[in-house]
Amino acid sequence: MQTISDLPWLSILIVVPLVAAALIWLVPALQRVARTVGLVVSLLVLAGFVVMATGFDFGAAAEHQLTEQASWIPQLGVSYAVGVNGLGLALVGLSVFLVPVALLAAWREQEVVPEGAVVARRQAGFVALVLALEATMVAVFSARDVFLFYVVFEAMLIPVYFLIGSYGGPRRRYAAFKFLIYSLASGLIMLVGVIALGILGPGGPDGFLVDTLAGAELGVWQERWIFISFFIAFAVKAPMWPVHTWLPDAAQQASPGTSALLVGVLDKVGTFGMLALCLPLFPEASRWAAPVIIVLAVISVLYGALVALGQRDIMRLVAFTSVSHFGFIVLGIYVREEVALTGAMLYMVAHGVSTAALFLISGFLTQRGGTQQIAAYGGMQRVTPVLAGTWLVAGLATLSLPGLSGFVPEYLVLLGTFRVNIVAAAFAVLAVIAAALYILLPYQRMFTGPRNESLAALPDLGAREKWVVAPLVAAMLALGFVPGPVIDVLRPVAQEAAIEQPSSLDTATGAGPDGSSDAAAAVAEGSEK
Amino acid sequence: MNFVPPHIDWAALTPVLIVLGAGLLGVLVAGFVPRRARRGVQVALAALATASALVAVVWRWTVVQVEGPREIVGGSLIEDGPALLAQGIIALVALVGLLVVADRSEWGEDAFAAQAATRPGSPDEDEAQRAGMSQTEVFPLVLFATGGMLLFPAAGDLVMMFVALEVLSLPLYLLSGMARRRRLLSQEAALKYFVLGAFSSAFFLMGAALLYGFSGSVRLSELAMAVPSTVGMDGLLLAGSVLLVIGLLFKVGAVPFHTWTPDVYQGAPTPITGFMAAATKIAAFGALLRFAYVVVPGLGWDLEPLLWGIAVLTMGVGTVIAIVQTDVKRMLAYSSIAHAGFVLVGVIALVEEGIGAVLFYLLAYGLATVGAFAVVTLVRERDGAGTVTGEALHLSQWAGLGRRSPALALAMTLFLLSFAGIPLTGGFIGKFAVFAAGVQGGATVLVVLAVLASAAAAFFYVRLVVLMFFTEPDGERTAVVKSEGLTSVAVAVCALGTVLLGVVPGPVLDLAGQAAAFLP
Repeated sequence: MQTISDLPWLSILIVVPLVAAALIWLVPALQRVARTVGLVVSLLVLAGFVVMATGFDFGAAAEHQLTEQASWIPQLGVSYAVGVNGLGLALVGLSVFLVPVALLAAWREQEVVPEGAVVARRQAGFVALVLALEATMVAVFSARDVFLFYVVFEAMLIPVYFLIGSYGGPRRRYAAFKFLIYSLASGLIMLVGVIALGILGPGGPDGFLVDTLAGAELGVWQERWIFISFFIAFAVKAPMWPVHTWLPDAAQQASPGTSALLVGVLDKVGTFGMLALCLPLFPEASRWAAPVIIVLAVISVLYGALVALGQRDIMRLVAFTSVSHFGFIVLGIYVREEVALTGAMLYMVAHGVSTAALFLISGFLTQRGGTQQIAAYGGMQRVTPVLAGTWLVAGLATLSLPGLSGFVPEYLVLLGTFRVNIVAAAFAVLAVIAAALYILLPYQRMFTGPRNESLAALPDLGAREKWVVAPLVAAMLALGFVPGPVIDVLRPVAQEAAIEQPSSLDTATGAGPDGSSDAAAAVAEGSEK
Repeated sequence: MNFVPPHIDWAALTPVLIVLGAGLLGVLVAGFVPRRARRGVQVALAALATASALVAVVWRWTVVQVEGPREIVGGSLIEDGPALLAQGIIALVALVGLLVVADRSEWGEDAFAAQAATRPGSPDEDEAQRAGMSQTEVFPLVLFATGGMLLFPAAGDLVMMFVALEVLSLPLYLLSGMARRRRLLSQEAALKYFVLGAFSSAFFLMGAALLYGFSGSVRLSELAMAVPSTVGMDGLLLAGSVLLVIGLLFKVGAVPFHTWTPDVYQGAPTPITGFMAAATKIAAFGALLRFAYVVVPGLGWDLEPLLWGIAVLTMGVGTVIAIVQTDVKRMLAYSSIAHAGFVLVGVIALVEEGIGAVLFYLLAYGLATVGAFAVVTLVRERDGAGTVTGEALHLSQWAGLGRRSPALALAMTLFLLSFAGIPLTGGFIGKFAVFAAGVQGGATVLVVLAVLASAAAAFFYVRLVVLMFFTEPDGERTAVVKSEGLTSVAVAVCALGTVLLGVVPGPVLDLAGQAAAFLP
């Protein structure tokens, strides 16, 4: 075991996909087999992650482990420092789990290419970009240096930008542009914060390490301004109302595989940044801004749910449900209550799985039907029963049906919020009703009712597509029935994150176990029904 | 009155002597070497001279590291860290720029008029072109300009500064008017550049005269000493400083002294545009830095509002107007104006870190600029008969470049990302360093404005990327020429430099850190 944790695992997980991406992009011989190479590499990375996880001490999940540190630009105080705690591990795991799934799902997506393009070249480009994205995702969830985090945070825009812009729907350029401008502008605002933090912090050759900066003495308003600059960037990424408008466009125009990674993993960077940077670096400012953020989060929850109800495009619908879900996550983070925090973190993982599933399966449907309009479909349950069934499972996970992945985290977030902020919880809980509507109504329209004869001959899910769906459904069921192990990894992180708030201290000892046992009871109850 | 000849330290002058000497030699080559061999000799001579100058600067750097900075030529020139670093950057950029200048298309056509003296559209012009003539005086002119640029940041008194300013400007006026195509535009650019350049020189000279009247000396060091100790002549000092600074700001293209920039950048032969956009700015900022750090601290209160205003205007106007440009060269011109504004943030900071930050920024900017204009020289348009002609300058002609020649489009993307300040490019570290100096110097508001301008600037950089990669090529109207390969080398060097500066900036930041003090 000693040897396993001695290897620089996180760096390996970053470098391997990056090198593979470069090779696929550069070596023509690899391009013809790019999809296979990409899948094998991503599975290897997944295997590497599993081995790495065995070296993780789950008893001390609140601490950063598997750490590596090397001086990068000592003149500016920048280090290459990576390491994960329970939350980082869970999110790295989510990323490396979803990448092979998305690659497999997109297997045949690039076979019809625009005039003048070479199929192999285009597929190779797609695979290379996805692998490059995987490298940046692992890096961003494990960065322990604010500067490194910022660099990766911005660098990951480039693969996503090309993924949306090259491999999407008819208005993909507009969507990619909007995505990039939103992200770039908010990122530059964060840059001012990063610069100010570096100058006001203790400085020195490792002045940007999160651990160095966490104890920095900042003036009240200095801290608040820097917090705001960070928060804007994370809110855009998350995305929260009112800076969410890039997401529906991006999700509608991007290919389903890209959307799955974008919403499933990438947007988690926003909420991850709030947890991993904002809370430890700006404790006072986080408390100060919490009321406003909670209001924004509740608005996101309700607004996302209501607007999702009105969507005619299935991908836009899923995107708006995500706005609602991200509202829940942010709410769970900023009420600063241990149970809610645990819920928010679990929500990040669960939402990644269920939304990715919803995007991918919807993608299978729209590739068959040739349109993303909900109204174009009808009675598909009888034409493609497996597709309909798996869509329903993913949808039910999204609307938090007990026994599926969405239930426990949403329950925990609401439970925690009720303890400290009844008003916010009362409003947020309304979204649970809306959730049932925004999932079940489109299901009803697309999959039940009279059959649309022009679509009657469509094939059901093939073997490859079943292989895509199977791990996702398994993950949703696992997170629904036995969330215990993941909660155990996340709860210590939540305990530490909640510790600043005195009011949560009195409940801190008993709340966690209570929360999870409540949840377990409810799960059991739900499954009996 | 006895005249004491100043002690001249010839060794310290090597870089300048090599370049100017080679320039003189180049004039002789143009006169005496047979036509067939002339061009080759000129190119070799110029490249050798610039490379040797770079080596000489490195050597002087090691000497100065040991022996410390000092005045040479009796104080007219100063050999210190910032001067040498600026000279090194200028020599490097000039060397890369020279590669682009020297390159020819596959069919042996360079960027310059066959005979600059012929009237555009006249039979003489046709004849000169058919005879395959080429104007090899370009190379000595570039060397003279480079020599002036090397002197500019090292000038220790106002007279030397003025001489350097003229030595670097005059050849550039000429070079601007020598484009092979769109010759009227080119000649208009030359005239405009000359008139406005002369105008700015007059400002500079008037400022220098007033400052001499104030302090009784043209030495920067004595001027700096006179600032706190002289009472009752503030008007003279202020007016002189403002006029002098205006003269310098003309050269860096700061708003409202920028009006020549877009026209000249557009009209001049593209290799020259790249060379002067990069190297002139580095030299002028080197001189501005020296003036600001040596003289201005004593009058910060009076000059700062002016510099703040100019920085804000420069960033704002450069960015906003660049957004509406449809011509690649004009877009890059306005972007260079915006960059001048960003650099001014570091100049205004007036903290020790500001010097190194500004020089690092200029290096990153210089490489990206030369590279970007080098790419522009390769993207050509076709006429109706399918013959490849001049550069394709309208943005729409760049559509689909990524499909036609991915490597070139990738390099261009890299330069644009560096301009936009995306991490892992040199431009990002440069912006970071400059903005950090700004925050340290108490100019946080300015930094916030600069960041907002960068965000807006990203719009037009990204728009070009979108065009190159995501837009279908518009028929066969655009072609990419291979050229003899020198331009490709230059583009590769610039791209490599941009990435290295972004990924492992440590060594260069170290150098910049060592160059952080001016000899007063």
